[in-house]
Amino acid sequence: MAGQSGTRKHVFSKKIDAFFKGLADAWIFVKRFFQEVFVPPYEFKEVIHQCYRIGVESLPLISLTGFIVGIVFTNQSRPSLSEFGATSWLPSLIAIAIVRAMGPLVTALIAAGKVGSGIGAEIGSMKVTEQIDAMEVSATNPYKFLVVTRVLATTLMIPVLVMYTDFVALMGAFINVNANELVSISTFFAQVFSSVTFLDIFSSIIKSIFFGFTIGMVGCYKGYNSSKGTEGVGRAANSAVVISMFLIFIEELLSLQIINLFRIK
Amino acid sequence: MGNREKVVVIRDLYKSFGELEVLKGVDLDLYREENLVVLGRSGTGKSVLIKIMVGLLQQDSGSMEVFGKEISKLGIRDLNEMRLKIGFSFQNSALYDSMTVRENMEFPLVRNIKNLTKKEINLRIEELLEAVGLPQTINQMPSELSGGQKKRIGVARTLVLNPEIMLYDEPTAGLDPITCVEINNLINEVRERYKTTSIVITHDLACAKQTGDRMAVLLDGQFGALGTFEEVFPHAEDQRIKSFYDYNFIHS
Repeated sequence: MAGQSGTRKHVFSKKIDAFFKGLADAWIFVKRFFQEVFVPPYEFKEVIHQCYRIGVESLPLISLTGFIVGIVFTNQSRPSLSEFGATSWLPSLIAIAIVRAMGPLVTALIAAGKVGSGIGAEIGSMKVTEQIDAMEVSATNPYKFLVVTRVLATTLMIPVLVMYTDFVALMGAFINVNANELVSISTFFAQVFSSVTFLDIFSSIIKSIFFGFTIGMVGCYKGYNSSKGTEGVGRAANSAVVISMFLIFIEELLSLQIINLFRIK
Repeated sequence: MGNREKVVVIRDLYKSFGELEVLKGVDLDLYREENLVVLGRSGTGKSVLIKIMVGLLQQDSGSMEVFGKEISKLGIRDLNEMRLKIGFSFQNSALYDSMTVRENMEFPLVRNIKNLTKKEINLRIEELLEAVGLPQTINQMPSELSGGQKKRIGVARTLVLNPEIMLYDEPTAGLDPITCVEINNLINEVRERYKTTSIVITHDLACAKQTGDRMAVLLDGQFGALGTFEEVFPHAEDQRIKSFYDYNFIHS
């Protein structure tokens, strides 16, 4: 029994060691981004290419999801408001919910699934097929070409996608409100803009920047450190999604606390 | 080897992965414009040796000097300068699969040699594709190429920076016998045309015989035999070298 508990303790301490080593590695990886992003040579062409892939190629999925979110949220909110005869508040309620939380969160979660897994799998397969080594031995900087460009692209494009999702979700909500309450588009959007504050939009953009940075960085980190062949590539893609989503929720929670401080003032 | 210049000097090199000792005191001299073939069974550390040479891995102890400079002591800037002089052809070619053949070859060229005009870049790429016999593949993606073509393009991409040393990691692995002979011819042509010094990592004796001036056989983490093909193989006394020879030439 004593031997068994000793082995368990040993395994546990090894896991703790591995956890802290992982954290240290991740920190070094993130730190390297800030060391390299401002130093030439700049890979502008690749940044634009990645922005296109991340931004434009995500549009169909984001559009569909945003639109459905707008319709479903409106439909689900109506019964509660109608109990108090307050269905006229629907545009304000929906606008606040979408701009403050649902737009950024839905976009970031979809991007984590689509973009984060794609980055993890792409860089992971480059790692296991020695393409990253090939860049390194030809005296080029694979970190700059692969990581800096993708992280920049996600950081720039996720806020844009969030604003687009907000718009599409509000259009979905408008169609639903228009069909049921016969509210015109100008009345709907007048109510939307009267209830949404500058702080709502500003905080939404700021947290989207953090979401984008997280998605890009986690995807790149997981891909860059993948091993064990194709199995490792699958794991890299999978853990890129899981960790990104987890971090996005943590960031959402933290941002909520910080923004609330400003609201109280 | 007389007074020929030594371009690589390896002394008492050790490398292990965890508890597995791969290289246990390797000594080697490589002379200018020589083709050295490093042979050995899988997992004996052949590729590890050349990966240490380009700084992809670091030795545990011992020295690896290339052009008189200890690789493990070079900073990233000096290491990259050294890497420009060393071409590395990977076992699976390692072509960038999201880029065309042209882009694959442009990638190291435009990032390392500044102020090249578009015309000069195209000329260099076309010349090298001509040299490896594949000018028609210039706009193709790596996924559209055969295994042999990928190897050739991999060599062409490596040559784009005019390296003085070429490292070939298992150049004939996974190829049919005819393509193997073509790749072996290419290795010899590269040496003659570009005056390169080469290390060929292989366990294919036909490749070794066709391309190598000297053979170095890795046994238990050290070079167990070093010399010309005739000196090392046909009458080998070491049972491990003998069986290596027998399996390659008699059983196949």
